[in-house]
Amino acid sequence: MNWMAWTLTTGVFFSVIAVMLIAMTVWELRCPSTERRGFLPIETSRGDRLFIGLLSSAFIHLLFLGLTELSLWIALTISVVWLAVVLRWG
Amino acid sequence: MNKTQNNKAWLLVLPVFLLVAFSAIIPLMTVVNYSVQDIFDQNSAYFVGAEWYREVLLDPRLHDSLLRQFGFSGAVLLIEIPLGILVALMMPTRGVMASLSLILLAIPLLIPWNVVGTIWQIFGRADIGLFGWALNNLGVDYNYAANPTDAWFTVLLMDVWHWTSLVALLCYSGLRAIPEAFYQAARIDRASKWAIFRFIQLPRLKSVLIIGVLLRFMDSFMIYTEPFVLTGGGPGNSTTFLSQTLTQMAIGQFDLGPAAAFSLVYFLIVLLVSWLFFTTITHLDNRK
Repeated sequence: MNWMAWTLTTGVFFSVIAVMLIAMTVWELRCPSTERRGFLPIETSRGDRLFIGLLSSAFIHLLFLGLTELSLWIALTISVVWLAVVLRWG
Repeated sequence: MNKTQNNKAWLLVLPVFLLVAFSAIIPLMTVVNYSVQDIFDQNSAYFVGAEWYREVLLDPRLHDSLLRQFGFSGAVLLIEIPLGILVALMMPTRGVMASLSLILLAIPLLIPWNVVGTIWQIFGRADIGLFGWALNNLGVDYNYAANPTDAWFTVLLMDVWHWTSLVALLCYSGLRAIPEAFYQAARIDRASKWAIFRFIQLPRLKSVLIIGVLLRFMDSFMIYTEPFVLTGGGPGNSTTFLSQTLTQMAIGQFDLGPAAAFSLVYFLIVLLVSWLFFTTITHLDNRK
């Protein structure tokens, strides 16, 4: 695996993503979700909301990097809160 | 629910999963790893955090090529989609002429990208190319190697020549799938040609048009070979699109870190736009 040039940060990042996907799969198998309408303008299932949350989190980080000098920990905190909000009420 | 539970079917998906893992997921992960490090060779890599992302996001060269890229993809969609529909509507529906026009339309799709670039590179030249020579003799000052407007015109014309057939063929198959009864009903109502198009043909073409728009967007957004062969990104940087800037960075300057960071930003943009297209169009359906 040396050629993949792993670092601790990216390792943690991908582990978190993998855990999320596995947890969502188990959750979905235990109690399948139905599409519903939250504050987002479209009907979404749980997986859709996870995707929307993760993609927008990526853009939140990019905005922080491109427009501000602030620490990325702030962006991460905002993203986690945002992800939770989208999953619950989106 | 009387669904049969047969989880063995998952095993049949395994080969595809492995293939995708090795061709897409593992390379993507490696790119993510590269994007946070300064790599000189196999043994010396230094963790730099989000440094490269900050650098590429503030790089004016990338802003310019991103703008050009959106301009190009937008123009491609605006020209090729209506033109493709128009061609499909005008194509003969049966007989020898139908097969002939299908074959003629399929020919540009079979030509490899670099050959298309070379064809247009020669075709547009003022000294030996038919197109360039004819334009110049008609009094139009045309030189795609020196004038940015001409270069853009030629690149767009080349893409339209190469890919409008795809949209036309998709629409043609969509049109053939409309049952004759719809047209009979329209004739009874004395619907005009425009009304038939607006209320029968266009709604029925929607699903093929979704595929057409998505394919053309993604393909034009990733375009590399054709403009590279035709203009080399010039004159100046006027036809240097995103993937060419990326290649210059990764292979020309060997800046693997910034190039990796930039390609991830590129990937996120493609992902976002494709998702937006797809969701908007599929959810328009559900609302009715």
